[in-house]
Amino acid sequence: MADKLRTQQQLEALQNKYVGTGHADTTKHEWTSNVMRDSYASYQGHPSMMLYMAVGTNTNVEAVRRHCMERMVLPVGPPPAMEEDEE
Amino acid sequence: MSDADFERARQGAAERGASNKGAKGFDRSSQRTNSNKASLTDNFDSELYGNGGADKYAGYNTSIPADDEMEVDGDDDDQNGGRLVGQYTATADQIGEWATGEAAEDDILNSREKQAQIQNRESDYQRRRFQRRLSGGAEGKTFKDTMEERELEREEERVRRLIEDKKKDQIAKGEDGMDIDEAKPTLKDGPEEGSPEAKPRRRARRRGWDTDEAAPVTESETNGHKTNGDAAGGETKKRKSRWDTSSGAETGESYNAEGQLVNAEGEVISAETKVPKKRSRWDATAAPGASETTNGDSAVPKRRSKWDVAGPAGAVDATPAAGSGAAAQPVMPFGTDVNSRNAPISDEELDELLPSEGFQILVPPPGYEPIAAPAKRVSVAALPTGGFMNQEPVDARAMGKQLPSEIPGVGDLQFFKNEDMHYFGKLVDGADENDLSVEELKERKIMRLLLKVKNGTPPMRKTALRQLTDNARSFGAEALFHQILPLLMEKSLEDQERHLLVKVIDRVLYKLDDLVRPYTHRILVVIEPLLIDQDYYARMEGREIISNLAKAAGLAHMISTMRPDIDHVDEYVRNTTARAFAVVASALGIPTLLPFLKAVCKSKKSWQARHTGVKIVQQIPILMGCAVLPHLQGLVDCIGENLNDDHTKVRTVTSLALAALAEASNPFGIESFDEILNPLWTGARKQRGKGLAGYLKAVGYIIPLMDEEYSNYYTSQIMEILIREFQSPDEEMKKVVLKVVSQCAGTSGVTAGYLKETVLDDFFKFFWVRRMALDRRNYKQVVETTVDLGNKVGVGEIVERIVGNLKDESEAYRKMTVETIEKVISAMGAADINERLEERLVDGILHAFQEQSVEDIVLLNGFGTVVNALGTRCKNYLPQIVSTILWRLNNKSATVRQQAADLISSIAVVMKQCGEDALMGKLSTVLYEYLGEEYPEVLGSILGAMRAIVTVVGISSMQPPIKDLLPRITPILRNRHEKVQENTIDLVGRIADRGPESVNAREWMRICFELLDMLKAHKKGIRRAANNTFGYIAKAIGPQDVLATLLNNLRVQDRQSRVCTAVAIGIVAETCAPFTVLPALMNEYRVPELNVQNGVLKAMSFLFEYIGEMGKDYVYAVTPLLEDALIDRDQVHRQTGAAVVKHMALGVVGLGCEDAMMHLLNLLIPNLFETSPHVIDRVIEAIEAIRVCVGTGAVMNYVWAGLFHPARKVRTPYWRLYNDAYVMSADAMVPYYPHAEDKIERRELMIMI
Repeated sequence: MADKLRTQQQLEALQNKYVGTGHADTTKHEWTSNVMRDSYASYQGHPSMMLYMAVGTNTNVEAVRRHCMERMVLPVGPPPAMEEDEE
Repeated sequence: MSDADFERARQGAAERGASNKGAKGFDRSSQRTNSNKASLTDNFDSELYGNGGADKYAGYNTSIPADDEMEVDGDDDDQNGGRLVGQYTATADQIGEWATGEAAEDDILNSREKQAQIQNRESDYQRRRFQRRLSGGAEGKTFKDTMEERELEREEERVRRLIEDKKKDQIAKGEDGMDIDEAKPTLKDGPEEGSPEAKPRRRARRRGWDTDEAAPVTESETNGHKTNGDAAGGETKKRKSRWDTSSGAETGESYNAEGQLVNAEGEVISAETKVPKKRSRWDATAAPGASETTNGDSAVPKRRSKWDVAGPAGAVDATPAAGSGAAAQPVMPFGTDVNSRNAPISDEELDELLPSEGFQILVPPPGYEPIAAPAKRVSVAALPTGGFMNQEPVDARAMGKQLPSEIPGVGDLQFFKNEDMHYFGKLVDGADENDLSVEELKERKIMRLLLKVKNGTPPMRKTALRQLTDNARSFGAEALFHQILPLLMEKSLEDQERHLLVKVIDRVLYKLDDLVRPYTHRILVVIEPLLIDQDYYARMEGREIISNLAKAAGLAHMISTMRPDIDHVDEYVRNTTARAFAVVASALGIPTLLPFLKAVCKSKKSWQARHTGVKIVQQIPILMGCAVLPHLQGLVDCIGENLNDDHTKVRTVTSLALAALAEASNPFGIESFDEILNPLWTGARKQRGKGLAGYLKAVGYIIPLMDEEYSNYYTSQIMEILIREFQSPDEEMKKVVLKVVSQCAGTSGVTAGYLKETVLDDFFKFFWVRRMALDRRNYKQVVETTVDLGNKVGVGEIVERIVGNLKDESEAYRKMTVETIEKVISAMGAADINERLEERLVDGILHAFQEQSVEDIVLLNGFGTVVNALGTRCKNYLPQIVSTILWRLNNKSATVRQQAADLISSIAVVMKQCGEDALMGKLSTVLYEYLGEEYPEVLGSILGAMRAIVTVVGISSMQPPIKDLLPRITPILRNRHEKVQENTIDLVGRIADRGPESVNAREWMRICFELLDMLKAHKKGIRRAANNTFGYIAKAIGPQDVLATLLNNLRVQDRQSRVCTAVAIGIVAETCAPFTVLPALMNEYRVPELNVQNGVLKAMSFLFEYIGEMGKDYVYAVTPLLEDALIDRDQVHRQTGAAVVKHMALGVVGLGCEDAMMHLLNLLIPNLFETSPHVIDRVIEAIEAIRVCVGTGAVMNYVWAGLFHPARKVRTPYWRLYNDAYVMSADAMVPYYPHAEDKIERRELMIMI
């Protein structure tokens, strides 16, 4: 019992620190959003990746960066309303 | 230094050895450790130097912040606070020693229960908290009302003081005749009133149930109890029940009134006079002169019931004060609670007492409710003991039956105290819950929960606390605090209870938030005392509550609540309020409180307000430390002007506040103090006594903040006063002066030349006197300050001045000198010491060392430090030192021998430097003779000395040769004393490491067996040394034999032993290459025995941990074994297997063993669903290690499958894996995210050039 509580607390602390971590009740939508955001963050963190994309899409690096940043808002669309209501 | 000395020493050892041979032989196990010898590390003279490290500060006020201790006292110590002449009198502690019973033996009856109570360790000052009223709160009163009330209190106080002064004046003028006149009537009245009253009282006493109930049990009555019973009886208007004989039976009676009745004799008596009017027929039985008394004792002139078996002497009035010579007061049985005899008579007893026919038991009338008498009000008068005691059968009620052990609806409690009855009595009244109103039900619910929290078992407390928290808002602030706060004011509260109740308040506060406002003041009254508690944690709790309260109630409300207390008449209230305000400041931020503080500090109306205001400013830095820096200017401005206040106390507290601010902001913030430098320095010239101490303290803390130039100037300005105060007899002043001197000496602006010229002479004249060495606190201060001065002026200067003291006749003074020299020299070396001084120093320290009556670690360290600092310059003195050592080695006292041996270990290096190899050889030969030493502490030291010598001279040139020495040490390995074990194993390990060839393999094997026992030593150092030694021995004689020994040891039952064996195997594998060990180890795994197999796995786990990368050659060899382990039915098998995999995987990262690791991962994954914490932790660790080894992507392929599994039980562990991977290598996961249907569509990755 106490152990369970501790695990719970540890998980909460972890989640406060790392937004991308999940738990058994994480929805697919939350997870995919995090996946997408992490991906975009990762692209921006690798300059060579940005350059590659810029060349490939025939734009400049800053445009790609902006694209990556803008896409981080609701990366997989708004959360499915129905499921939330049911719960 | 002749050979004769050595010879003598050796002989001494032989003789002693012979004399106690019978007792000891070589059976070391018979040597027990705890001798009653004085320990070297403790102070022998515990009166002077305290009781070693353990309780060194007992009796000192360690926890209340030292900064304001000179200021805490009440208002009226102003006059003597500033005295210029020292008072030669005993300290308050000494005076109170006998009064408080500090010196008396602990009363065993005054049980632990009493000692645990908070109030018993509180000072009188702290106990003043009980004088505060809860009802004086702000609730229902406007701010104006409160202020008016305070005004009234002040006026009362003023008048009271006037009257007192007037009286004092009169007495001083010799007009005290008037007092006698006043006293006369009272003196006369005594007997006059006494005579008529004594009689009815005596008669009344023997009447009714009150007598009979107590009689059979007690045989004697004490004043308090008896009158209590009578009083209640007297008040009784109507008997409600036949059985209801409890003293407090009447409902209408309030606790308070009853308490008064008990205490005030006069009222009791008057109450009794009413009794005859109304009497139940039971009263008649034993009534005086009643002819129809049922017992035959009616002839006895003094009415006594037959139950009163105390014998004739018992007939005397039970009031001892009556002086009727109650000679044979029967004693209570030892250890029995006095209360038990005054407890109500049980039904069974009444049945026995009364005739069974002709009476009937009445039903209590409706609406009747027995009062649970507040037990604490029943004054427990101490019975005079001694004399004859009847053997009584054990009374059931004496077994603690009178208190309920179980409260309905609460369950079994850990304890239930008398006092609890007062608060929780309602729970046992047996009222029907259905008849109660909602409010009452709520009240009972809270009561029950509080009782559970306060007295319950830990699980009970936990659930009750949670319920209280969760329902706090629905209960409401009123209902909660009306019960919690009085509980906290209870006098018999214990630490644990207070802690729990405070915790309740904390939780409830959090939930109630601003609903708490009406109770702010009352909560403060209860919590503020915690701020000056001795216990650090209590203070922390208090702070936490007040800061939460401040956050919940808001600044404005806090200020308006606490404002009236700022100029309260009672200094205690002001003090605690100041501390509480400081907490509020730290909770809500200093800037928000600053305007208010400014206003308070400049208050024109009362100096108390200014004093409190400054005190708040003083407390803030103490609480917040360097966090005051941003607001330093504001705070200093706030109090700056108070340095010139008219009132001394305000000036003093201002200087203390400045000191606290400067201390907290060190080394920054001097510019904030610019304004007050001038007033402070000029003020310091004007002050005397206590005020001056404060000023000097502030100066001392501000000087280190200054830059070089200024500090030089300001130091020279203040030094004159400091030097003048060197002579002050006041302890407090001495402390401050010493502190300031060391602070001044520490600043860069003060030069060595200046100190030498102006300070040193006076300093040594006034502080380096024998008297200073006698008081522990002074001693420390002086040593510290001298060392600080020494850091500036150099070693030579200091040592030159004090070296003469080494030959002083006072031992404490010598010790103080040695300690100072040791600290100075260890800080700065001995280069500054000239040849002549060096001679005197060594001579002096040798003298001090020899003269010590109690062997002291200080002298040992001092000697060692001096010799090591002098280095080769010691050469001339070594013969003399060694002969001293030899002489002391031969001493009868064990501690002297031990100290001599310890000294050898600390100077061995220097002896080598001086080229005294021959001397060392002789010394070690003598030590060798001493290996038969019987005291383990001494033996340990001797072994340590041996080790030190072996270390410096080397194995080959050791005298006596190792081949003689080691066999002699082997049996000592069996000794169970830690110090001996540690030193032996170290010595043996060193020999095994450096010169294993000097002993044959058989001897090493013998040592191996002895070492096995050491593997389960308690001390980690010993186990580690033993393990390392295994490694060395294995290297020396080859691993086969050692390994065989170790593998056999895996079969033993003792777990610790097996674990250590596993470690040793790992170490042997590391030192002798794994291929020498692994085959044998894996072969051992075939033994069908759980312990052995687990031991093998454990050994492999350590093995792979130690060999690291070397493991890559063995991965494929051990994989089949691991397969078997990981699919075993036994959990521990799989757990240990996983540990092996973890260490192996981490060792072979990037070394091309990925295929094997994937194979092991496949075996590990099914273990993911283990629930035992150890197993699952090891498995997860192993999977993580494999992830590191084979890469995140490959392992994540296993994880995706389970993240959204329909079953939660499956999802949970998978998410754990995912989270771990995410935390450790989120970036590496990005390329491997799966394509989840339409959701994750990362078109950016599709870009192709």
